[in-house]
Amino acid sequence: MKLELRRIHIKDIQLGNETAVKDGVLTVNAEELINLLKEDERIKDVKIDVARPGEKTRIIPVKDVIEPRVKIEGKGKGFPGVTSKMEQAGEGKVNVLYGAAVVTVGDIVGFQEGVIDMWGEGAKWTPFSKTYNLVVDITPVEGLQPHIHEETVRLAGLKAAEYVGEAGRDVEPDEVLVYEMGSHAEESKKYPDLPKVVYVEMLISQGLLHDGYVYGVNTQQILPTLLHPNEEIDGAVISGNCVAACDKITTYQHQNNSVILDLYEQHGKTINFLGVILTPELTTLDGKFRTCDYTAKLCKMLGADGVIVSEEGYGNPDSDLLMICKRLENAGIKTVLITDECSGWDGMSQPLADTTKEAVAVVSTGNVSHVVTLEPADKVIGDDKAIATLAGGWEGCLEEDGSMKCELNAVIGSTSEIGYHYCTAKLY
Amino acid sequence: MTRKGGEKMKFKVLYYVNQFFGQVGGEDKAGMAPEFKEEAVGPAMGFNGLLQGEGEVIGTIICGDNFFNENKEEALEFIMNIIKEKQPDIVVAGPAFNAGRYGMACAGVAKAVVDELNIPVVSGMYEENPGVEACKSKAIVVKTADSAAGMREALPVMANITKKLVKGEELGLPEEEGYIPQGKRLTVFAEKRGSQRAVEMLLARLNGGEFKTELPMPEFDKVDPAPAIKDLSKATIALVTSGGIVPNGNPDRIQSASAQKWGKYDVSQRDALTGEYYTIHGGYDPVYANEIPDRVVPLDVLKEFEKEGVIGKVYDYFYTTTGTGTSVANATKFGTEIGKELKEAGVDGVILTST
Repeated sequence: MKLELRRIHIKDIQLGNETAVKDGVLTVNAEELINLLKEDERIKDVKIDVARPGEKTRIIPVKDVIEPRVKIEGKGKGFPGVTSKMEQAGEGKVNVLYGAAVVTVGDIVGFQEGVIDMWGEGAKWTPFSKTYNLVVDITPVEGLQPHIHEETVRLAGLKAAEYVGEAGRDVEPDEVLVYEMGSHAEESKKYPDLPKVVYVEMLISQGLLHDGYVYGVNTQQILPTLLHPNEEIDGAVISGNCVAACDKITTYQHQNNSVILDLYEQHGKTINFLGVILTPELTTLDGKFRTCDYTAKLCKMLGADGVIVSEEGYGNPDSDLLMICKRLENAGIKTVLITDECSGWDGMSQPLADTTKEAVAVVSTGNVSHVVTLEPADKVIGDDKAIATLAGGWEGCLEEDGSMKCELNAVIGSTSEIGYHYCTAKLY
Repeated sequence: MTRKGGEKMKFKVLYYVNQFFGQVGGEDKAGMAPEFKEEAVGPAMGFNGLLQGEGEVIGTIICGDNFFNENKEEALEFIMNIIKEKQPDIVVAGPAFNAGRYGMACAGVAKAVVDELNIPVVSGMYEENPGVEACKSKAIVVKTADSAAGMREALPVMANITKKLVKGEELGLPEEEGYIPQGKRLTVFAEKRGSQRAVEMLLARLNGGEFKTELPMPEFDKVDPAPAIKDLSKATIALVTSGGIVPNGNPDRIQSASAQKWGKYDVSQRDALTGEYYTIHGGYDPVYANEIPDRVVPLDVLKEFEKEGVIGKVYDYFYTTTGTGTSVANATKFGTEIGKELKEAGVDGVILTST
């Protein structure tokens, strides 16, 4: 399977009369985009805005972030099984508006939407302060049930990203990244002496605002399943919006999954990367046993020597993470876990909801309850009062001058458990 | 430091030692009541020199180890009065090395000074000294050898940390600065992103190289289940939940994640919660809980049981908080507080529901 990600470096976004990319500047025809999104009868109103790195702009409450792209060669356009007909992703050529992102905001659907600050203290904590963000503010018609509301904004974001991505169709890329990997038999023949490595990506699969989707299938419905890494970075996996904002895997982060990209970098050099196992994090004990046993079995069948497991969310999924670890280590498979911690405002509490002695190699991506103070913004896109009810905020945490105190919990991507950001926790 | 008349002020250190290091005597003097001397005594002299003129030991409190541990209240009253009067910028106690009673005395002073006066405290102890556990979260405890032979190594480390604390400089990692970790997990930025660190850690493991976990596994308490209730038909049963069920409008403003408080609500006049309660919990699909909150807090069924005589009584209040992202330390505190109330109210059993 061979995928070319052809990056067009975006250096600014402007609103204008056409949707096009010229000299690295993405111009978006807001009216056309609004009309397109309003074709969905469930959407009453759409507002479009732009937030640039360094501007004193706060975006809240953020639901999802998506990278605008267009497939110029090969099957599986956009997000197959969701926004386009079902075709297999992972092959062909994709033009990427690299440096741009579509960010969806609007009426709060659940408590687990987040904040992006484009400048100052807040910018340090989120990877999406570095992207040029096209913010799509969606107001649904009144009376929508929460599940429908969630689906409406999720699809609107994906559609907006596809619409914007189309602007890059005929633009020459600034750089071309090639991701190519054959069958296990072929790769093992090429690299007979390299250790075999599998990536287990856990996805929260627990209901409204807590679901992931693979080719449009809610991951609540799947058994752990094997993907070619190219499929995920080509739009096969999307976010069902939020877990907590800090560690949800946004669609953007699926498209650019950092564990996949960093393992790919080592493929053929130090490891033989066998692929990605998507594992749902379910709520029932039976479900946890089923998926954890099944995940370990797939790793064993593939002959993995080493596995990286990334979690999504915290609390009960800590158990899934450690159950998988225990099974793999007991099968002699070297395992590294990536998780964040819930060690309280003062960092003095124990960090996980579960424990196992087999978890000897863990990467920590920070304490979700670490409290940060965000300065007042010149401009708020969305509604900053939402912070009072978001996970990570509290009543009274928004000051009259517009500054706010909140936990990293509320900051999109701050403690990303696919290791997309730079936070860690150290014992003091 | 603040300046007065253009001259740089030295910061003030108040020193605490036991009878031995205070040069009063050995075990035979361990019963001595605390005394204050307006000079540097014993280790405080060497310490004073190490401050290199930036600060000054303004006095030494000397107290017998037995006296402190047997008459803690009286000893602390004297010590705290001196400290309040002298208003030091920082208090230094020890080092106590592996002397247990001395360590506990340093810890007792440290806790009182930090909690009541909010003045920083630096001490020094051997890792296994029981005083370490008693005060490491409050004071900075420098890691020392197990005997006074380690004095020469301990004092410069303590002096260096003292200077940094007084100046308001952030301390580096415990292994860099030489203190025993306070148990605080602080979020900082790493040079490489998390995924890169994971790949490198895996490569090290696969190649048999060295690696260091960023998160040592926590140790959990084991709680024995309570004995069974013998006669349910006479028992008062209470409902407690971490599912975030609260009266509509969330009057006590309980957080949707990482709870800092709990609430209790009178349900003595209700047969069910449906209609006036909902969930503010941010960690699960709220739709079904909002439809029928009794799905999370089963007041409806329990009230039926009460009518049928299956149980004696449903307790008048139910207790609630949010479980998601709530630190174990907070959860332990809530549990202790709620448990105390329930016990005092004569509740026999609790149905604890999560989500």
